[in-house]
Amino acid sequence: MDLKLKIWRQTGPDVEGKFVHYPVHNISKDASFLEMMDILNEELVANGEEPVAFDHDCREGICGMCSLFINGHAHGPDDSITTCQLHMRKFKDGETIVIEPWRARPFPIIKDLMVDRSAFDLIIQAGGYVSINTGGVPDANAIPIKKENADLAMDAAACIGCGACVAACKNASAMLFVSAKVSQFALLPQGKIEAKQRVENMVAKMDDLGFGNCTNTYACEAECPKDISVANIARMNREFLAAKVS
Amino acid sequence: MTKLDSKVPSGPIAEKWTNYKAHQNLVNPANKRKIDVIIVGTGLAGGAAAASLSELGFNVKVFCIQDSPRRAHSIAAQGGINAAKNYPNDGDSIYRLFYDTVKGGDYRAREANVYRLAEVSNNIIDQCVAQGVPFAREYGGLLDNRSFGGALVSRTFYARGQTGQQLLLGAYSALSKEINKGAVKMYTRREMMDIVKIDGKARGIIVRDLVTGKLERHGAHAVLLATGGYGNVFFLSTNAMTSNGSAAWKAYKRGAYFADPSFVQIHPTCIPVHGDYQSKLTLMSESLRNDGRIWVPKKKVDAQKIQKGELSPVKIPEEDRDYYLERRYPAFGNLVPRDVASRAAKERCDEGYGVGNTGLAVYLDFKDAINRLGKNVIEARYGNLFQMYEKIVDENPYETPMMIYPAIHYTMGGTWVDYELQSTIPGLFVGGEANFSDHGANRLGASALMQGLSDGYFVLPYTMQNYLADQINVPHLATDSAEFEQTEKDVQDIIDRLFVVKGNKTVDSFHKRLGLIMWDYVGMARNKEGLEKAIVEIKELRKEFWGNVNVPGEKTGMNVELEKALRLVDFLELGELMARDALDRNESCGGHFREEYKTEEGEAMRDDENYMYVSAWEYKGDDQEPVLHKEPLVYENIEVKQRNYKTA
Repeated sequence: MDLKLKIWRQTGPDVEGKFVHYPVHNISKDASFLEMMDILNEELVANGEEPVAFDHDCREGICGMCSLFINGHAHGPDDSITTCQLHMRKFKDGETIVIEPWRARPFPIIKDLMVDRSAFDLIIQAGGYVSINTGGVPDANAIPIKKENADLAMDAAACIGCGACVAACKNASAMLFVSAKVSQFALLPQGKIEAKQRVENMVAKMDDLGFGNCTNTYACEAECPKDISVANIARMNREFLAAKVS
Repeated sequence: MTKLDSKVPSGPIAEKWTNYKAHQNLVNPANKRKIDVIIVGTGLAGGAAAASLSELGFNVKVFCIQDSPRRAHSIAAQGGINAAKNYPNDGDSIYRLFYDTVKGGDYRAREANVYRLAEVSNNIIDQCVAQGVPFAREYGGLLDNRSFGGALVSRTFYARGQTGQQLLLGAYSALSKEINKGAVKMYTRREMMDIVKIDGKARGIIVRDLVTGKLERHGAHAVLLATGGYGNVFFLSTNAMTSNGSAAWKAYKRGAYFADPSFVQIHPTCIPVHGDYQSKLTLMSESLRNDGRIWVPKKKVDAQKIQKGELSPVKIPEEDRDYYLERRYPAFGNLVPRDVASRAAKERCDEGYGVGNTGLAVYLDFKDAINRLGKNVIEARYGNLFQMYEKIVDENPYETPMMIYPAIHYTMGGTWVDYELQSTIPGLFVGGEANFSDHGANRLGASALMQGLSDGYFVLPYTMQNYLADQINVPHLATDSAEFEQTEKDVQDIIDRLFVVKGNKTVDSFHKRLGLIMWDYVGMARNKEGLEKAIVEIKELRKEFWGNVNVPGEKTGMNVELEKALRLVDFLELGELMARDALDRNESCGGHFREEYKTEEGEAMRDDENYMYVSAWEYKGDDQEPVLHKEPLVYENIEVKQRNYKTA
């Protein structure tokens, strides 16, 4: 396949960026999107140019590091996968592909397609845990949990923290991310004890960091590579309300 | 020759760890506040140790290479975590888990360490459940178990096909709690460049900020490396792109012995290689072998037609399929250990029975399981893996059997550590995949997560404290000393040298060539001639690298090519040591298969008389041969025999 790439280049956080055009040739349809980017970068390096910076690591869709906005979609045109699992067979020969970083104020650009998502870590640090220390815990089977609840908790816990939900949202809302963690613990007995402080602290931190509000467009769910459901947002709102009135 | 002291406590094996803890030195709460600990890596071992040591009251500084501690490569482990809970009532016990692990490792692991691992395995499950890790459950609300290779019991706890992710997020949540308290200082996008030694002890590290390119100095009373394995020396592996061997290699060059470097695990169920642009290999969890049956065509002509795309595997009748694992190993069948399954696949493919367009693949077929249990059940168990396969290969594994082939997955070798997980550099501890201690020559499935968390939650917080009890009078380490100055300069020199070369070949082109040498001669099957050739070729490649590599860009600021070059500098040296170690070991054991040493049936043939030892290599200088030290392995609680997976 021959492709025309239109890639966002920006040398640093406070510098103006711009789109640069790069043609690539003879790409196999079986190559992954990031392997196509590798081929481009090898060519740039061979020509003495700076390679395009982008985040990636496990390349099997679980670490949450990769983060490209491709042709207007977080993680590209395919459903339920991350950019690293996207394959070139999803594109047409001769197609122009527009590649941008996540765009949201709480995710400042570091370089080219790489953004700083440490805001997500700060939200987890505000309460995304059960406050127990190592040791002195009961036997694992002493805490029976309904299978349905365990499964729903797992659905929520599958979030990889990539930030696609924020990038997809016109308000740059982090509600899907935050609600996934709040839901995981709200569904489990282990999380009940700190439920009130958790949801209050995490939501306050989310607001502090400049993430926007949810206006129910469901763009986050549509673009989430792990199919995290917006039902989690409803659950978080209920938890939040319950916390405020208790 | 220096005698390696493994510091295994005396007494009966079941009491060693209890006795150790009862008599070890502790640090009082007021003094803990005066002590600094550096932890490199935030995977299961590093993340768990960081949280636990901080909870105890030590000042902890943590470094990770990714943008968040939640992304360490432990996250990619799929299948599960072993523990000796015996919840299914199928006859499991601490002894049996210990026995299976030592046997699975082909009697090349240290007995006392493995027993301790089995002993604390149950605490890990309790700890993770208390953290809110959503393990799979039965309808009655209790925890579910599945089977894994090399065991006759079901002892593997799992969270769908994302067990590593959920356990890591558990450790990450514990770490986040400590960061929030201000007890842990977290440094992201940092790569460790070297260890700083003062008066022979590990007292700090030099790291490179991957965003600014600046070198930083950090001092502490003790350093823990939890930096994972070095599988990426092969270029293609199931490891993440940034997984590397540099921290362990730098420790080696500063005096920490490197143990069993040639012991690498080749995982039997990976998606086969498809093109030379390929950047990594994708693992399909071993749990698939619970329900999938592995086969190749019985007739060579069928295999050839499949390779040419003229025949579909679903058209091959049952009697023309060779379920070779079930045929060769009736007792364990498709659940033989990884090394055995990998070699059996290679054997069939080498004989010409392989499938796929390269002939380097075998089938993993779910037809019978789908007929027996229904598609829904299979989808519930493995849905995410099937989806991943379909996205990569563009075939529906519910209808066409999966194609799989072995790939580099894990390194059993690593920094030599004693019972306390301390290296030969005092104050330098090593945990998780980065150390060598528990898996011998082959790791069983679902044991890596167990070992990472065992080291992190339950071993290092004790053993490091035992060391630190001696250090309470040492003030916070100043980083303006001559030792820090010199070590930083050493790192800067290597960076400067890389920019001087200005050659015309990319870093990856050298890495791919190293990978091919390693795979051909230091991979699944090795022999004397090939290993000697590998040593020569790696030396030549290293020379060519330093004469012709092109590292573009600047020393300051982000420079991904420079990062890759720095890691490759170390891989180019480590690869040679791996070949040397494989050459020294004139036997076959676990993942180390020397073609000269096999039984008539083609099984690995150990030489316990001469090779029942851990090889621990000492660095003597770039222009000198490393020195081999041997830690003899003594088995007092287990009968050593040839591994047998044919009968129970």
